[in-house]
Amino acid sequence: MRVTTKILATAATIGLLLGLNYLFEHGFGDFRINAYYARILNLIGINITLAVSLNLINGLAGQFSIGHAGFMAVGGYSATFVTVYYGSAIAGLFGSSLNDAVGAAVVMTISLLTGAAAAAVAGLAVGIPSLRLRGDYLAIVTLGFSEIIRVIILNIPAVGGATGFTAAIPITNFFWIFAVAILTIVIVRNIAASTFGRVLATIRGDEVAAEAMGISTTRYKVLAFVISAALAGVAGGLSGQLFANPLNPQNLNFVRSIEIIVMIVIGGIGSISGAVFGATTLTILPEALRRLDQQFPGLRMVTYALLLILMMIFRPQGLFGRREFGWAWLRRRGPAAPAAAIK
Amino acid sequence: MADTVLETRAVTKRFGGLTAVKTLTMQVERGALYGLIGPNGAGKTTVFNLLTGVYDPTDGEMLFQGARIEGRKPHEITRLGIARTFQNIRLFPDLSVLENVMAARHLRSRQTFADAVLGTPRHHAEEQEIRARSMALLELFDLQRLADEAAIGLPYGSQRRLEIARALATDPQLLLLDEPAAGMNPQEARDLMRVIRRLRDEFALTILLVEHNMKVVMGVCETVHVIDYGETIAIGPPAEIQKNPKVIEAYLGGA
Amino acid sequence: MDTVLQQLINGLSLGAIYALIALGYTMVYGVLRLINFAHGDVYMLGAFAGYFLANALNLDASPSIAGAIVVTLGAMAICGVIGVLIERLAYRPVRHHSRLTALITAIGVSLLLEYGGQVVFGANPRFFPQMIRAEVYSVGGVQITNQNLLIIVVAIVVMFGLEFIVHRTRIGKAMRATSFNLSVAKLMGINTDYVIAFTFALGSALAAVGGVMVALAIPRIDPLMGLMTGLKAFVAAVLGGIGNIPGAMIGGVLIGLLETWLGATAYSTYRDAAAFAVLILILLFRPAGIMGTATVEKV
Repeated sequence: MRVTTKILATAATIGLLLGLNYLFEHGFGDFRINAYYARILNLIGINITLAVSLNLINGLAGQFSIGHAGFMAVGGYSATFVTVYYGSAIAGLFGSSLNDAVGAAVVMTISLLTGAAAAAVAGLAVGIPSLRLRGDYLAIVTLGFSEIIRVIILNIPAVGGATGFTAAIPITNFFWIFAVAILTIVIVRNIAASTFGRVLATIRGDEVAAEAMGISTTRYKVLAFVISAALAGVAGGLSGQLFANPLNPQNLNFVRSIEIIVMIVIGGIGSISGAVFGATTLTILPEALRRLDQQFPGLRMVTYALLLILMMIFRPQGLFGRREFGWAWLRRRGPAAPAAAIK
Repeated sequence: MADTVLETRAVTKRFGGLTAVKTLTMQVERGALYGLIGPNGAGKTTVFNLLTGVYDPTDGEMLFQGARIEGRKPHEITRLGIARTFQNIRLFPDLSVLENVMAARHLRSRQTFADAVLGTPRHHAEEQEIRARSMALLELFDLQRLADEAAIGLPYGSQRRLEIARALATDPQLLLLDEPAAGMNPQEARDLMRVIRRLRDEFALTILLVEHNMKVVMGVCETVHVIDYGETIAIGPPAEIQKNPKVIEAYLGGA
Repeated sequence: MDTVLQQLINGLSLGAIYALIALGYTMVYGVLRLINFAHGDVYMLGAFAGYFLANALNLDASPSIAGAIVVTLGAMAICGVIGVLIERLAYRPVRHHSRLTALITAIGVSLLLEYGGQVVFGANPRFFPQMIRAEVYSVGGVQITNQNLLIIVVAIVVMFGLEFIVHRTRIGKAMRATSFNLSVAKLMGINTDYVIAFTFALGSALAAVGGVMVALAIPRIDPLMGLMTGLKAFVAAVLGGIGNIPGAMIGGVLIGLLETWLGATAYSTYRDAAAFAVLILILLFRPAGIMGTATVEKV
């Protein structure tokens, strides 16, 4: 794609998203989108970012991490903290306020960047020691770090502690959620289709051989981990600042990390379209089961659990395996051989 | 004065109580076809693992083009110019034949991560170059028609050739081949010998070979280094080695 | 000095519970190289099985040692069967898939037991009946409850029993052989499916003992109680050297002591995180654990 084409495509996407956002918030003539469905759509977008970013480290790099909720927490809390305590001041610098579109946009940008940076640092801190471990051990260690993060946040009164960060200011909207989701897909796809994607595939396939071919496996594992964490952090920032959706340490636990894993497992670990599919399905499913879950608490998780088990027994490669589905751009590059990593 | 590409000085490797390699001293000149042979368990692959940084020597020094390489990580050593193949083939399972070779070009890549993410012209140009060079290497080994096949689906002999092509993609000066003729029929072995000589002549490579197939060793190598139980028992041209009584005893066993 | 001794007793008693659960993790990992995430939930099921049995025997009204023994053995039997079922239905089909697949399956089973438990038993906690009348002994300023004592004694007896099985019976030898090399064990004529099932049954039975014992001291049980405890017991197994039976016992005691000690300090809210901190440190600095031996990958 030539540079001008790319700039045009980006501008068009932003325009489209802004238009859709307007539609979302103000309706079209007599038509207004149902608030409930709007919310689900927003949650889908956030989950897409979480799933696709997790796929970078679990699917592409083949490093099994169960700590994604931890990075979401670090990024989310940092982002929300900035908005809550510094938001007005930042908006004021631009002659605006949080209630004004410009002010909100600026604050949101800075908030999300902070979230990304904080989560990236966390990713570095967790990744460097953990990534020398393999398989099960790496999984458990990432779980451990995630739990430690959660307990630490639980003990910080300034961000709400056990009741959650209810002081959050709801500046998240459809535009931001899907702008980030699309950005995440583009970033991960570009990585996958490049020489770096091949590098990650070598690390996934045979680390000893990768090292022998001059690839610093540690460096690239950590890099993938940090990027993945940063994106999860942004998702956290979006999530925590969504209306009536405050961050809460009780929700950012091991189970949340598993939910994201189920999303990529269903779609197929290593497939970006799979992750999108999984994120969408597993946002809608609990809603569909909500009434059932209210009658029989726990039924939602039981369904998840059965889904996981049955998928692993009968179709471990997920719906798409490593293949990409749909848009040729998504499909054009990337590993040619659709050999399943999970089998 | 001859140019010593690789030198080891009294390199020893102990694994707990077991001494796998004992005071190994060797010198490999530029452009040499150097063979390392010995009975099974003699420590030959351990030597390769030491040279490529998979293991660190317990004692002794290793120098590549005058620079010390003990303690360095494998990817650093490859970057310096030593490439290898493996005794038990280690191709990248999820990648195609072409991609296996392309992956090995990465270390010579000059683009940054940002280039890839943003899809800059530099990224695209480099991708073209990587692909072209990798295809050229495949053609050298007559593998180009299999470029998009899954690498692990190839017949055994082709996999071995692919591993060599992949190692070459790292632009090495010293190539370590670990039993490249294993599992090959006599015709394939003869072809391999031709390829090895070509590699030395056309690519100005120095080649260090571990091999059990004596026809290949004696036919290709100019210097043969024999080890047994980790110790050097003879170094010399093939004709001499074949008549060396200590070598014969090591292979056939003592009385 | 009194408080130190008090902490010691409490820590040992908690540690004994962790040890009982850790043994199951370590044995299964030893034969299958699988982290049985669901094991902590078998402990929970043991507590619930004991609960229903104890109520059936009306032990709250008339506590008795005999009743307690029946309840414990009953819970062990029930959980043994559950363990075998889990292995047969969920783990065996994925045994030849990648380890990642097996890990995900284990996580799935764990969630199934936890939330399935919520669906079946209800999310609200239940209160285990008092099977034995509580008594407190005062020894040199230290309060020892008979429950603490019982837990420690039972744990020690059970562990001796396990050592006996593993080292002095044929099935134990088969277990050890299988844990060294499954394919070779098969070639030697060992029915590895049977050995694996037995291992699961044994580990689950031990977890059940843990579940019943803990309910003696802390009568509040709920379907999610196995999650945290299970994870900490797993850390104990890794600390001691995963796959190593004495290691699991040592690890359990150490984690129990650590947690009790922390609970008494200003950092008690970080108690849960402490086990994870230990896990991370161990895996970074001595992944083989206290009793384990490091293995070198052949290139």
